[in-house]
Amino acid sequence: MKASRLTYLVVIALALTFAATGCRKKPTGVTKLPGQRPGQVGDGQPVPPGQPVNPNEGVNSTGFTPLPENLTDLSLFNHDREALAAQMVQFAYDSAAIRSSERPKVDAVAAHMKSAAGNVALLVEGHCDERGTEEYNRALGERRALAVREALIASGADGARITTRSFGKDRKIDLADTDAAHARNRRGEFVVLTPK
Amino acid sequence: MKFNQPFSFLTAIAIAIAFPRITKGDVIYVPGEAGSTQPIPVSLSGFTGEAASVIQFDLTVQGFKFTGPDEAQFLLSGSNNGNLVGRASDRINKSTFVNKSYTGASLRRQAHAFVDDFLAAIGRKGLGGTKIAFKADKGKSGEIHIADFDGFGAQAITSDGAIVAAPAWVPGRMALLYTSYLKGNPDVFSHDLSSGQRRAVANYPGSNMSPAPSPNGGKVAMVLSKSGSVDLYVADMDGGNLKRLTTSREDESAPCWSPDGQWICFATKINDRRALCKIPAAGGAVQRISTAGVSNPSEPDWSPDNKWIVFTAQMGGFEVCVVPASGGTATVLVSGEDPTWGPNSRTVVYARRESGRRVLSLLDVPTKQTKDVSRISGSNSQPSWAR
Repeated sequence: MKASRLTYLVVIALALTFAATGCRKKPTGVTKLPGQRPGQVGDGQPVPPGQPVNPNEGVNSTGFTPLPENLTDLSLFNHDREALAAQMVQFAYDSAAIRSSERPKVDAVAAHMKSAAGNVALLVEGHCDERGTEEYNRALGERRALAVREALIASGADGARITTRSFGKDRKIDLADTDAAHARNRRGEFVVLTPK
Repeated sequence: MKFNQPFSFLTAIAIAIAFPRITKGDVIYVPGEAGSTQPIPVSLSGFTGEAASVIQFDLTVQGFKFTGPDEAQFLLSGSNNGNLVGRASDRINKSTFVNKSYTGASLRRQAHAFVDDFLAAIGRKGLGGTKIAFKADKGKSGEIHIADFDGFGAQAITSDGAIVAAPAWVPGRMALLYTSYLKGNPDVFSHDLSSGQRRAVANYPGSNMSPAPSPNGGKVAMVLSKSGSVDLYVADMDGGNLKRLTTSREDESAPCWSPDGQWICFATKINDRRALCKIPAAGGAVQRISTAGVSNPSEPDWSPDNKWIVFTAQMGGFEVCVVPASGGTATVLVSGEDPTWGPNSRTVVYARRESGRRVLSLLDVPTKQTKDVSRISGSNSQPSWAR
C-alpha cells in the first residue's frame, strides 16, 4: 500500500516535471527573447487561480535594451517610410516571434544601419490585424516592434538609434476580412528618421 | 487563496482540467440583488414624449420591464405638462413612496431624477446623473468625447486630429486620462475638464498605453515599453514616482483596479495563452484570475462592489463576459467588447459592432437587457463610466 502510494507520487512528480519542461515543441526560426520566467508550467497547462505565476524579480532584470531617450518626440524628425518599405516584417497570428522567412529582411535592415548611408535613426512600427481587442493589440503591436528591434540589435545594429511605437489595429493596410488581409496587417514597418 | 501544499496544487490542476466548457447562454454565476435574473415588472402611466422615453430607457437598463398595472410590482405615474410630476407606489400594499414634482434644468433631467428617486426609495443607486467618456473615430483619427450615460449631450473634449485611445475618468474629479498620438508615438495625457488644461502623464520613448486611475484618484496604472519590453507600471497621478510592476516578456495590457485600490488586474499571456491576472498595486507576485469556459480574455473591469470582473473574450467574435472577482467560471453575456461597470455595479457600457462600425450600448448584467445609447457619427468605442 505504502509502495503504491509512493509510486503514485513519483508518477505525478514525473508528469509535472514533463509538463514543465518536456512537452514544449520548439518552433523553428523563433527568436528567443530574454526574460523568460523560471518555474512556469508547460504549454496549455492551466495555472491554478491564486498560484503565483510570475514572481517579480525587480526592475531591469530582463535583459531587454531600454529605448533611447533622444528619440522620444517623433514630431522633431522627418519620417521616410519608403527607404526600407521592402523589408516589412510579417508575423503569425497573435505572435511577436520573428519567423525564419523574415530573418533576411531584419538582417538587411541591420546591414543598412551599419553602413555609412544608414547612419541614421530608425523607428520600428508594430501593427496588428482586426481580431484582437484594441488595447490588447496596442500592447501586442508594441511587442512586435520591440521583437524586431531586439533582432536588429542581435544582428549588430545599434539599439541606441532604434525606437518603437505601436499602432495596434489603428493603421490597417488591408481592410478586407480575409485571412490574407489579416496576414498583411500583422507587420513591423521601418521608418527612417532624420532631424528636421 | 494560496496553494502551499502539493496536494491542493494538484487538486486545483485536476479541477481546472475537469471544468466543463460552457457554451453561450449557460448561466453559472449571475450578479444581481438576491441573485434575481428576472426583470422587475412596473407599469407606467401619464408620461409622454421625451419624459416617457427617458424613464423607459433608464428603467430598462437597470433591470425593469413594462407591464399592465395588474401584473406590475411597482406603479409609476405622473405627468409632464411643463414640469414633471412623478409618483411611485407598490401595487400590493398600495403605499406611495415617491410623490414629487420637479422644476428647473430640462425635462430630460427631471425624468432622470424621478427614476433615481424611485430607485433610491427601493434601496438602489440610480444612474441618472452619471457620465460616460468614449472615443469617436472618423477616418484615420479620433476624438475623445463625453456624454450623459445614455449618450445624450455628447461633446468632443479633444480636437487634435490624432489617433486617441482608452479614455478613463479620474474618480471624483471632472478629469480624464487617455492615450493620444499627438506627438507621433502614443503618450498618456491627463485632461482637466473644468480648466481645459492638459498635461502629459507618461511620454517616454516607445508606447505609453492604457491609463487606469486608482479608485481614490491618487495613482495611475499604465502600460509602457520604455525599458525595451511591454510592462505594467504604476505612478502618481501626475506621472511622478514611476514604479515598474512586471518584468515579463509578455505584453501586459488594459489594467484596472480593485475598488479597495489594493490590486491591479490586467490581461497578459501565461504559457502562450491569454489570461487575466492581478498584482498587488504596491508590487509583488502576479496571480492568475481564472476565466474558465471562455478564451482569450482581455480588457477587464472590476465592479465597484468588489464582486465581479467584466471583460472581453475573443472566440471568433468578441463577447462581453463576467466572472467572480476572485476568478472562476465565466458567463458570456452579450456580443461586444470593452465593457465598463456603471456606479451601480450592475449596468455596463460596452461597444458592439454594427455594419463596419461600433456603437455603444448599455447592458443590465443580471437581466441581460440592452439599449443602445444615442450615438454620434463615426465609430464609437472604448467607453469609460464616471463613478
